[in-house]
Amino acid sequence: MFGSIDPILLLASLMVAATPILLAAIGELVVERAGVLNLGVEGMMISGSVLGFVAAISTGNPWIGFLAAAVGGAGMALVFGILTQFLLSNQVATGLALTLFGLGLASLIGQGYLGVRAPAFPDWHIPLLGDIPVIGPIVFQHDPMVYVGLTIVAGVWWFLQKSRAGLVLRAVGENHEAAHALGYHVVRTRLLAIMFGGACAGLGGAYLSIVRVPTYADGLTAGAGWIALAIVVFASWKPLRLLLGAYLFGGVTVLQLNLQAAGLPLLSVLPWILVATGVIMALYKIALHRSISKSSAKAIGVTFGIAALVYFYGWMGWSFNDALWLSASPYIATIVVLVIMSAGGAPGSLGKTFHASR
Amino acid sequence: MNDPLLKLSGLTKAYPGVVANNDVSFDIRAGEVHALLGENGAGKSTLVKTIYGLVKPDSGTMTLEGAPFIPAEPRAARAAGIAMVFQHFSLFEALDVAENVALGMENPPPMRDLAARIKEVSETYGLPLDPSRIVGDLSAGERQRVEIIRCLLQDPKVLIMDEPTSVLTPQEVEILFETLRKLQSEGTAILYISHKLEEIRALCDEATVLRLGEVVGTCDPRETSAREMAELMVGGTLHVPEREIGKSGETLMQIRDLSVASPAEFGTSLKGINLDIRAGDVIGIGGVAGNGQDELLAALSGEIRTQAGNIFFQDQDIGHHAPDARRSLGICAAPEERMGHAAAPDMSLTENAALTARKRKNLTKNGFIDWGSARSFAEEIIERFDVRTPGTANAARSLSGGNLQKFVIGREILQDPQVLIVNQPTWGVDASAAAAIRQALLDLAAKGAAVIVISQDLDELMEISDYFAALNEGRLSPLRPAQGLTVEEVGLMLGGAHDMEVAHVDA
Repeated sequence: MFGSIDPILLLASLMVAATPILLAAIGELVVERAGVLNLGVEGMMISGSVLGFVAAISTGNPWIGFLAAAVGGAGMALVFGILTQFLLSNQVATGLALTLFGLGLASLIGQGYLGVRAPAFPDWHIPLLGDIPVIGPIVFQHDPMVYVGLTIVAGVWWFLQKSRAGLVLRAVGENHEAAHALGYHVVRTRLLAIMFGGACAGLGGAYLSIVRVPTYADGLTAGAGWIALAIVVFASWKPLRLLLGAYLFGGVTVLQLNLQAAGLPLLSVLPWILVATGVIMALYKIALHRSISKSSAKAIGVTFGIAALVYFYGWMGWSFNDALWLSASPYIATIVVLVIMSAGGAPGSLGKTFHASR
Repeated sequence: MNDPLLKLSGLTKAYPGVVANNDVSFDIRAGEVHALLGENGAGKSTLVKTIYGLVKPDSGTMTLEGAPFIPAEPRAARAAGIAMVFQHFSLFEALDVAENVALGMENPPPMRDLAARIKEVSETYGLPLDPSRIVGDLSAGERQRVEIIRCLLQDPKVLIMDEPTSVLTPQEVEILFETLRKLQSEGTAILYISHKLEEIRALCDEATVLRLGEVVGTCDPRETSAREMAELMVGGTLHVPEREIGKSGETLMQIRDLSVASPAEFGTSLKGINLDIRAGDVIGIGGVAGNGQDELLAALSGEIRTQAGNIFFQDQDIGHHAPDARRSLGICAAPEERMGHAAAPDMSLTENAALTARKRKNLTKNGFIDWGSARSFAEEIIERFDVRTPGTANAARSLSGGNLQKFVIGREILQDPQVLIVNQPTWGVDASAAAAIRQALLDLAAKGAAVIVISQDLDELMEISDYFAALNEGRLSPLRPAQGLTVEEVGLMLGGAHDMEVAHVDA
């Protein structure tokens, strides 16, 4: 039914497509869990992409590029940190300014590098695991940064849930006054978190310019930083949900590109995708709880209902702008799924300015 | 046992414009419960923060068990054996009990062992607590258990408690005292801060009194009357509210068979409440926290609308009126929670004054707020009720609890209401400010208004009420004249359906 689309290739490129957002989002998640809202992700990402690209070109070594991107992102974040944590500036305004600053800076630095191709960054062919049929090419034959991203997510999960320092970080984000009263260093914790977030955003940006594209162009990130911010919120500030959100976004992005390339009419495919989603949801619930709760039955029913409506729309032969809806689909799908799953739980002190005297 | 465990000598700490502690010296011995007394702003908090390492003194020294003790930060103080239960701001609502406890410890064991130890210690001291529960779901009393257990797990030598009972029900206070006595018998020194002088008399071995940052005296609370202690704190004779028993006037407000569901998730619904409110009366409504006090205030003030035929003001059905409409009629209210309910914390005093007095004080002109009049109204409140603040432009948040309470009560009283409803008017307020607030309520009643005082402080209710009723699980007992009512009778009224101890509320 999918014509020229190769499902294995599709699933394999999903992990690559998701990695930049995953990296940026996991960094922002740590920042927000510490109680800071840094809206400068987009700016830090694009600075990272240009710095990493320049460093990789001049040294010929992509790893040095990634290192430079991480340091550059952290440096940008440090500016934000000093402004918001020491000079107590407004986090929202400062974050937006950081984005604008980052876009301008990247454009300036990137002037001489437009159209240059990044040095090769070969894929890893993991021995044994990579040879497994089907799963091997999908999961175990990517470039190392894909696995670095996954390692960071796992590390963040472990850090937040299991480590003492992670507990302190969550405490600072939850109630900075109480954390201060117990003698924890609110500002120091937040600065470290902000710099970690910047480094991750820088890595995400560099992944775009060194691996994904692989060249530098103005406006390369194209809103990926904002998507990362949204995914953090819809993932309820939980690392594993964030992984799911990023892969979903990456997956639908790749799928829609393939659909556009294949020239398949979306209207004839969409009902079947929706039906498949509904069936997967039902099977998942049954496997997990041995029954379907009322609310999930409702959600599954709604999915089937929408499928029927879309089918009806197509059957009637009404006009439909495929390219438009396909391009919008990653955003719609990610938001819908994560909204259904989201359970609130914003850190209590998120976005609030802390000063020890108050 | 006679060597002091903790010795403070000559501690001085000045902030710009105010000396918080001036040459403070006293000793605490092991196994002693030492009370620290003083009005709001007397420097108690600064002093305990100094001991806990949150504040660095400008001069002066401390010794702990004979060795110099200079904690640079709370970690160092905790390591040396100082533990502190805060008045507020020290629990994390979204984290569970075990995580909260771990955050207050220097070297917490792994989570699994910690949960087991929390269970063990909580059972030893009669403070049952489930380590896996989220703190946000706990009651005030349970939250305090978390704080206490956090301290107990560190085997503290000195335990500091900053107003631990202000949010507790009488039963919870009794449990707390038993725990503290047990700790005392194990040799822990306890530094206890409270405004409730009768509690201090029941619990403490020695008291140090601070006034304006200086030690003005020490006494043995078991042999000193509450009045003498209060006078030591105030530095003069304490004015005890006076009232003349006047005749009740006409009926202003009638509540008929009022039943409303609580808007709060774990609130208490009101069930079949009947009450006649007459001019010139002070009606005291007692009861243990969480028996419908907040809901009753909300139903009377208009925050909860009721069905027709439940609430009448001068024979007019006002159940559907919003708070602003009721204020225009002359029904004012001051809820219990000062920050965020009675006052907007981040707004200035002028703005807060205008928020409720807009209608009755005519603070609007052509739809615009008349800031000049609003400011002079705020100034009037500050002056008449002795609110200590640099000016009307200060945020409500910057006022201490007692001062903000005086402001909130004063704001309602100066609007000349015909009916005033207040909930916990002197909660967390020092003795002289409490006396001033009570006197103002009595003066208002003497002018012919009806005053309804909802309070958990029975002494307060007995002092100012003409009539008394008890609120129990959302039901209100019939009114009884307060004069001649004995503590035992009040206890029975409060007890209602569930058997509750009241032995400890006697004065």
